[in-house]
Amino acid sequence: MTTIFGVPTAALYGQLLIGLINGSFYALLSLGLAVIFGMLHVINFAHGALYMLGAFTAWLALTKLGINYWAALVLAPIAVALLGVVIERTTLKRLAGLDPLYGLLLTFGLSLVIEGMFRHWYGSSGQPYSPPPQLQGGVNLGFMFLPIYRGWVVVASVVVCFATWFIIERTRLGAYLRAATENPALVQAFGINVPLLVTLTYAGGVALAGFAGVLAAPIYQVSPLMGSNLIIVVFAVVVVGGMGSIMGAIVTGYMLGVLEGLTKVYYPQASAIVIFVVMAIVLLVRPAGLFGRGE
Amino acid sequence: MKRTATTAASAVKSLAFSVAFGALALAGAVSAQAADGVKIGILNDQSGVYADYGGKWSVEAAKMAIEDFGGSVLGQKVELVSADHQNKPDIGSNIARQWYDVDGVDMITELTTSSVALAVQELSKEKKKIDIVVGAATSRITGDACQPYGFHWAFDTRALAVGTGGALAKSGGDTWFFLTADYAFGYQLEEDTTKLVKQEGGKVLGSVRHPLNTTDFSSFLLQAQASGAKVVGLANAGLDTTNSVKQAAEFGITAGGQKLAGLLMTLAEVHGLGLKAAQGLVLTEGYYWDNDDKSREFGERFFKRTGRMPSMIHAGTYSAVLSYLKAVKAANSKDTEKVAAKLKELPVDDAFAQNGKVLANGRMVHDMYLFEVKKPEESKKPWDYYKKLATIPGDKAFFTAAESGCPLTK
Repeated sequence: MTTIFGVPTAALYGQLLIGLINGSFYALLSLGLAVIFGMLHVINFAHGALYMLGAFTAWLALTKLGINYWAALVLAPIAVALLGVVIERTTLKRLAGLDPLYGLLLTFGLSLVIEGMFRHWYGSSGQPYSPPPQLQGGVNLGFMFLPIYRGWVVVASVVVCFATWFIIERTRLGAYLRAATENPALVQAFGINVPLLVTLTYAGGVALAGFAGVLAAPIYQVSPLMGSNLIIVVFAVVVVGGMGSIMGAIVTGYMLGVLEGLTKVYYPQASAIVIFVVMAIVLLVRPAGLFGRGE
Repeated sequence: MKRTATTAASAVKSLAFSVAFGALALAGAVSAQAADGVKIGILNDQSGVYADYGGKWSVEAAKMAIEDFGGSVLGQKVELVSADHQNKPDIGSNIARQWYDVDGVDMITELTTSSVALAVQELSKEKKKIDIVVGAATSRITGDACQPYGFHWAFDTRALAVGTGGALAKSGGDTWFFLTADYAFGYQLEEDTTKLVKQEGGKVLGSVRHPLNTTDFSSFLLQAQASGAKVVGLANAGLDTTNSVKQAAEFGITAGGQKLAGLLMTLAEVHGLGLKAAQGLVLTEGYYWDNDDKSREFGERFFKRTGRMPSMIHAGTYSAVLSYLKAVKAANSKDTEKVAAKLKELPVDDAFAQNGKVLANGRMVHDMYLFEVKKPEESKKPWDYYKKLATIPGDKAFFTAAESGCPLTK
């Protein structure tokens, strides 16, 4: 059997694929954060809680209303986006123009409130949520057994990430958005409703978190803690990629997922910190992040 | 007439004054007594990976024990305090220090998470206080880390190894691979189980250590799969176990013929997984609500208060608090030395354990049970999850005081 540094190549391919799957979640979540930071200059700490809300919405829809996975994949992000609209209009809006620290504190508080409520109602063990019947089971790839659902996660996340990038970088709406970030007053003068644009951006960003939550529900338990377990890593991904860089968030998400997967083979104990080590090194060498533009 | 009226008024005034003063004096007496009352502290994880394993449900179980005992002992009110140690030994020992030094807490119990339990045990020794560990597993608590006033109540890694490990090794599971939580508890559980497996002529092919509170186990599971071991031993607990079991099914580990051994699983985790995912798992617990009349009675009362059935951690906390109060009463004092002596002397007989006895190293020895999780179609009612495979007598399940390696009993 061929080995690379003492690990059979077959096992290595398996781990690379697993890394890609985890990377899909990092990419989706950090993309939402990057969009929100890029346009609103808000460090959205509530992102993890909203991701958890997405998963819970899917679970509640299934158990209480009998709404299936595919419908939840559309409805849950919309529900989370609506909550995002409320959050932006009632609270974040008032902090516009202040130090980003205020937004960070506000959203951090919000996430504690949301998580606390769900922990109170549902306990921390988590609720089971089965993958849809079409995606159950797995295929043997020769070097590993790939659960079909996980394969679907990679595909869905690549598609959504690309679509988001396309909308922001290649469409007229995206052009307005980017222009509004550069000079809100001027864009407003052209007759474009900037506050509405800002609200929509925030809603869109958190909808991505809700979408990731639904994708995650069948893999992890639907648990109130699922967001806070992930959010710190996702922030590290955003920092490594460069705050506010759309492409940076996506590429770094997948890259660090794979790196983490490899660490789990060679030195599992370090798998929880490897991303932060990378973050520290990147900040020392390129403070603006891998894809960020320096000030 | 006027004079009498004034005298009457002043009499009323002075009466009122003395009543008020008396009430004040009385209030003073009461609060002085409350400071003298018996104070019990529940220290555990109430918000993290072990919050359902023990958590606030353990606090409820302790309340039940105090109510069942009558709410007071030696004419003093019994008070309960609780705190969340977040699975961090430094936070846990800070809270314990504050409780012992400032708040006058007499005994700390529950203590889920071995690393925190070991830290508090060390502090209790220094402060000469009683601690009764229920939720933490490491057998070191009554082994090399034992202390004269430390007790270990519900179970330990040795009992789990004998139960689940022994049963699987005997039934042909002779090659093992461990998924181990990367801290004191995981190491000990892996070590104790490895000993048992080797005793039965088995082999350990490898192990991988994962950080506490991991959400994604797929990489570790792939390594377990690649090892070709017949049994994948999960030396972890709480949400970590639930996630590993769920993901093992997803990656076709069980379908591929490897057996999963949830070395520390309780009713809470089985409930979280659901019978569909958990069916067929073999596990060891010291309590099951549907075991006999006594356990059912306690289980149903607990259910009425919390909406869930108790696991061995919750029932064990109930038993620990009740036993402590009984010992205080028997010693007729809350002096640490005297109460500890009584705890070691009195038999344990309650909803949790029958014929329980406490060894010189502080280990409470009682029967453990080997269960198999039922198939969904076998479950007749809510929380009907286990069928009993065997009873493991206390003497077999736990180390004797001499075997334990506790310096106090050498």
